[in-house]
Amino acid sequence: MRTRVWFRIHWRMFVAGWRRGSRYRAAALGGLVANATFGFLKASILVAAVRAGGGEIGGYDAASITAYTWLSQALLGSVNLSGRSDLAVRIKDGSIAVDLLRPVDLQTASTAQEVGRALFALLPRGVPLVALGVLVGGMRLPLEPVTVALSAVSIVAGTTLSFLTVYLVAVAGFWSVETRGIQTAYMILSGFLAGLFVPVTLFPGWLLAVARATPFPCMLQTPIDVLSGRVTGFSAGQAVIVQLAWIAGVLLVGRLITHAGRRRLEVQGG
Amino acid sequence: MPIIQTEALTRRFRLRTKGFRSREITAIDDLTISIEAGESVGYIGANGAGKSTTIKMLAGILVPSSGTALTCGLQPVSQRRQLARRLGVVFGQRSQLWWDLPLAESFRILAAIHDLSRDRERERTAELVENMELEEFLATPVRQLSLGQRMRGEVAVALLHSPELLVLDEPTIGLDVVSKQRLREFLLAERAAHGTTLLLTTHDMGDVSRLCERILLVDQGRLAYDGSLAGLSRTVAMRRVLVVDLAEPTPDLHDLPHAEHLGSEADGLRQRLAFDPEVTTAAALLAAVSEQAAVRDLSVEEPDVEDVVRRVYVSRGR
Repeated sequence: MRTRVWFRIHWRMFVAGWRRGSRYRAAALGGLVANATFGFLKASILVAAVRAGGGEIGGYDAASITAYTWLSQALLGSVNLSGRSDLAVRIKDGSIAVDLLRPVDLQTASTAQEVGRALFALLPRGVPLVALGVLVGGMRLPLEPVTVALSAVSIVAGTTLSFLTVYLVAVAGFWSVETRGIQTAYMILSGFLAGLFVPVTLFPGWLLAVARATPFPCMLQTPIDVLSGRVTGFSAGQAVIVQLAWIAGVLLVGRLITHAGRRRLEVQGG
Repeated sequence: MPIIQTEALTRRFRLRTKGFRSREITAIDDLTISIEAGESVGYIGANGAGKSTTIKMLAGILVPSSGTALTCGLQPVSQRRQLARRLGVVFGQRSQLWWDLPLAESFRILAAIHDLSRDRERERTAELVENMELEEFLATPVRQLSLGQRMRGEVAVALLHSPELLVLDEPTIGLDVVSKQRLREFLLAERAAHGTTLLLTTHDMGDVSRLCERILLVDQGRLAYDGSLAGLSRTVAMRRVLVVDLAEPTPDLHDLPHAEHLGSEADGLRQRLAFDPEVTTAAALLAAVSEQAAVRDLSVEEPDVEDVVRRVYVSRGR
């Protein structure tokens, strides 16, 4: 019974986010153009690096690094690596008061809406960029049903994990009105450690260990690895389980912070 | 059992002044009130008197610094979600609608949030849409609605789950006369039909006189008056002001029956006359003015809350 209500509420919030996403066509187009431009730039630099390294670096050849580039660009519209969120704005301007008038869990309900909105971006931004990678970059994608299914789960998990982590940035606003510093730190760290610029497996050992101690690689690197067929079968399943474990961990931390922060909240602006 | 009960409710805020220095202000100070189910209460006070802070504590949004509050018999902060199912709140200055989606979507989302059955959702939505005349702009994105249309939507969605207590924080702010009137009529009808308890903060004495049976007046965080509107009128003589524009410059009209001359502008072309509606009427006063000068235009001003608060203190010799 309670599970049914939970799913009804969160499904509705997800759909609300999805529909909100569908309302901003011009923004989606702008994002697509930016992601495509940087895709060409990144692809040419990384391919040149692979050639300079004798045709292979850290297990990536020209074809696989191209695939990596286009998939990372395609997911960039959905995975939150900017640290910004509606919730942070709502805490800052006091609209949070309205959110707290609803018989819902702030963390899960706001995340469901953000994830819905983010996943919509796969249509106007993700799909065209994958198509561009296939047509222009000669990228190939595995089409086995198991891989496709695992990829879908991994993308949703990576996106959800990113928004649950950004939620932590937003609720820092319970303590301090201005959270832009934390948001900027998140933006700088997350892109790098998620593998937006180069795959994290190319990092030196110690840096790779640092990256894996954070949830960031599970947001972007893991979905790309599964989607491109770099990890398959049992290892792919394992990779998704690691993502789910991170979701559980970040969810728990978010609950604790929310609980502690509720006493601190001062609603801004009357 | 009262539907709202507070005991020495207090909330302090820390204000950052210069650099790292800060000082503490007390927004609500030792507030003890009790409201029974079915009452309609006007909660009035000047800007910054602490009205919104009280409401946020009653709804479980803000944690009190000390004292206790019980709303619908629940602890607002620790039982926030249970309370939210029984409480409807409208903040006149904030929207609870989904800004970039059609108005109808907000009904659908909130119906899911409150887990209304499909039948109940359809029935209640239809009722509210009809009573608030929302039909023609249900498909319009909320951000394209006029303020009056949006406020009707706000009040309607706050009532979607049929709360037993409806709290309205400045619901008529910025509305034109027609929209105000329509909203008041709707609230009266809703109360008559469902016995909803109403707690209303406002700057508009018109809202209070038409909607509220009981007044709570706060000033600087403290309860300054608790009683009927008639009682408040007796204390402060709730005067209205008749403003007349005359055809020619006229000497100040000092000797009118039951009226006080407050001031003149432009050599007496415009004069402001205060009267007590319990003693005389605007029509009688106008007739008296007409005997002395030709009236071109007129308006009647309602007393404002600041004026009432000031007079409460004057009448107590403070």
